[in-house]
Parts: sequence; C-alpha cells; structure tokens
Amino acid sequence: MGPKTVVEKTLGGLALLAMLAGSYVGLAVVPADAAQGNVQRLMYVHVPAAWLSFLAFFVVFVMSVLYLIQRDPRWDHVAASSAEIGVVFTVVTLLLGMMWGKPTWGVFWTWDPRLTTTAILLAIYVGYMALRSFADDAEKRARWSAIVGVIGFANVPIVYMSVTWWRTLHQPPSSPRSVAPDILWTLMLNLAAFTLVYAYLMVRRIRLSKLEGELEKRMAYNA
Amino acid sequence: MHMLRRAWAIVWKDLLIEARTKQSFNAMVFFAALVLFIFSFALGPDTELLQKVSGGLLWVGIAFTGLLSLSRTYQNEETSGGLEGLRAYPGDPRAIYLGKLLGNIVLLLLVEAVLFPAAGILFQANLWPYAGGLVAVALLGTVGFSLVGTFYSALTVNLRAREVMLPLLLFPALVPVLLGAVNATTLILEGDLMGEAVVWLRVLTAFDIIFFVICIWIFPIALEE
Repeated sequence: MGPKTVVEKTLGGLALLAMLAGSYVGLAVVPADAAQGNVQRLMYVHVPAAWLSFLAFFVVFVMSVLYLIQRDPRWDHVAASSAEIGVVFTVVTLLLGMMWGKPTWGVFWTWDPRLTTTAILLAIYVGYMALRSFADDAEKRARWSAIVGVIGFANVPIVYMSVTWWRTLHQPPSSPRSVAPDILWTLMLNLAAFTLVYAYLMVRRIRLSKLEGELEKRMAYNA
Repeated sequence: MHMLRRAWAIVWKDLLIEARTKQSFNAMVFFAALVLFIFSFALGPDTELLQKVSGGLLWVGIAFTGLLSLSRTYQNEETSGGLEGLRAYPGDPRAIYLGKLLGNIVLLLLVEAVLFPAAGILFQANLWPYAGGLVAVALLGTVGFSLVGTFYSALTVNLRAREVMLPLLLFPALVPVLLGAVNATTLILEGDLMGEAVVWLRVLTAFDIIFFVICIWIFPIALEE
C-alpha cells in the first residue's frame, strides 16, 4: 500500500492516544458501578462499539444513495469499507454484550429488541459483503450492493419496531438506566476514541479498496 | 395504464406456462407438505405442542416453499435469453417487476390454499372458524414476502452462487413479515381474545406499503445491464 500519508499518521496517532486515554479512565479512574461492580466497565467499550456499527451502516446507506444517483466508484469504495468495519464492530458489540449479559442477566443471550435487531443487522450486512464477493464485474457489484445498502438500512427501523412489539406483547422492555455524570463523561471519551478509530480504519480501508479496484481493472485489461 | 397492460401480459404468460406444465406448483405443494412433515417429526407427535407452534411451522414452510419459486422467477426467460428481450422492450421496466410480482403472489397463494387445510388436518386444528383472519394474514404476508423476494431474485439472477445469495439477502429483510405473519396466525388460531392480531396485520400492511414503494422505485436500477 505504500507509506502512510500524513492524514493517516495523524488519525492513527490520535486514535491510539484517545483509545489509551479512554481505556485508562474507564478502567482506573472512574469508580466501579455500585450495583454491578467492575463488570459495568464493559459499557465503555460495548456502547461505543454499538455506536460505531450504527454509524458505519449509516455511512453505507448514505454512500449507497450517492452511488445510485451519481454512479461514481468513489462512493462504492467508501460504502464497502464502511460495511466491512461495521460488520467487525457489530460482532464486537454482540460478543461484548454477551460477556456483559452473562454476569448481570445470567444468560449470554436474550431476545431483547436491541439484541435481536443487532443480530439481524449483522445478517443484513454479511449478506451485503457476500454479494460483493460473488459479483465479478466492478460496476455491477457497486450497483447491486448499493441497492442492498439502501434496502437493508431502510429495513432497520421496521425490524426494530416489529421485534419490539414481538417482545412487548410478552414482557416489558428493559428500560435505560439513568447514568451518573462520571460514567457519562467516560463513555463520551470512549465514544470519541472509537469514532477516531473508525475514521482511521476508514481512511486506510478506502485506500486499499481503491488499490484493489485498480488491480482488478489492470487484471481485466491484461486478460 | 400502459404499464399495467404490459405487466398483465407477463402475468398471463407465466401463469399460462405454469397452468400447462404445473412444474412449479406441484413441486411447491409437495415441498411445503414435506416441510410440515419434517417439523412434525422433529417436534414429536404431541398434538397440543404442534397446535401451539402451528403458526410458526406454517410460515417457515411458506418461506422455504416461496424461496423455491422465487429462485425460478426469471427461469422461463433465462433459458432462451428472454430476459434480454423483456429488457429491450420499450417502456418502463417496472412493468416486468409488477408482472413477476403478481405471478409470484398468485402462485404462492395457490400453494397456501392447499397448505393451510393440510396443516389443519395434520395438526388436528379446525381452521374454518378463523378463515377470515387467516386469509387476511396469508394475503398480507404473501404480498410482503413476494415484494422483497421478486426484487432480490432479479438482483441475484445473474450472480454466481445465487442459490446461496437469495436466501442470505432475503431472510434478514423478511424478519418483519415473518414476525407479523407468525404472530398474527398464532393469535388468530388462539381466538385472539385481546384483539392483538390487528397490530400485526398493521405491521404487515406497513411493511407491504413501504417495500412496494422502495422496490418499484429502485427496480429499474436493479435490472440494468
């Protein structure tokens, strides 16, 4: 890929610093939760990971719409990169959630609306990535996956609502707890850190994606 | 009006082929019956349990069976390069979507017309008193299923490994339809004392409207060559 650009270096450095600061504050500075103890500290990585995956998929949606309107391959590179990062962080979110769920709820998995929707979200974007890997032609791959990017995201609120109704007809939904200011600040710090990590990964991944596109073009030309 | 006439021509052509060969219908009915059988085997012969989960079993059966016909949506055209022909006709390509959509809905509804009574017999449930509600669920659910299914089958028709890709894309998107249809069916079969089934019928209706608009809007892009 060649040496890192100034932007990449800066973003990478900032992301690393922010992650170190966020982890330090989250692990050592902020006091443990009175009810849950140290387990609650998982929130400082679980919530940012969840935020990141939604942000990433939102970016996929916007880039897909842009691609369908302008047909500029640039938007496709951004969408594909964001989808990949989104999938990684959705898996991270689910795994961290399970680690948190076992000691607090007593189970790894429960059919909570948010959990279920996140799992379906993962399935939608795994489908998006599978579609990309099966399409040989760059233009078609971009167009088809952009369509899936639009439909998949448009479906998320409907999925969430239907899953919520499915659950609330049987049991009350888990209510968000009020959050102490200490916890809130630590959370915000980690959210910022994760967002920087996203920005860094995006810049790198988009460059890689463009290089892959270039390679694909040359191989097609030589064949 | 022109578009509807063109769509109707496609429906008529496909249904005529189907009526003369019955290749899809027969396979689908047997496949659906097999799915119900396999579930009954898997869950054991406990009739009470089977009755309780019959809504879910029915719709899993419909989803798998529907998938079977969806993957064949464009097969009549494909073998002789007819899809290029359809595409080349002047006018709005949305007519192709509308026509294929209607054809899929009609075919799946016909299968369900056999499947529901068959399930009633297998699970020893008297469905007649609930016929009105069940027809409403079947209609709304089938439309929702076919809307997304017809769309994604057009998207995957030229794809390597489309047999894998179609369900992979389709089933996550269909979660609201399946939840709505299964819950409405189960509630109706239980007598729907709280009037909750209407909520699910509304979910299905909303899904149908939203996806009709999205799919018909994007379809020309999906069909581009």
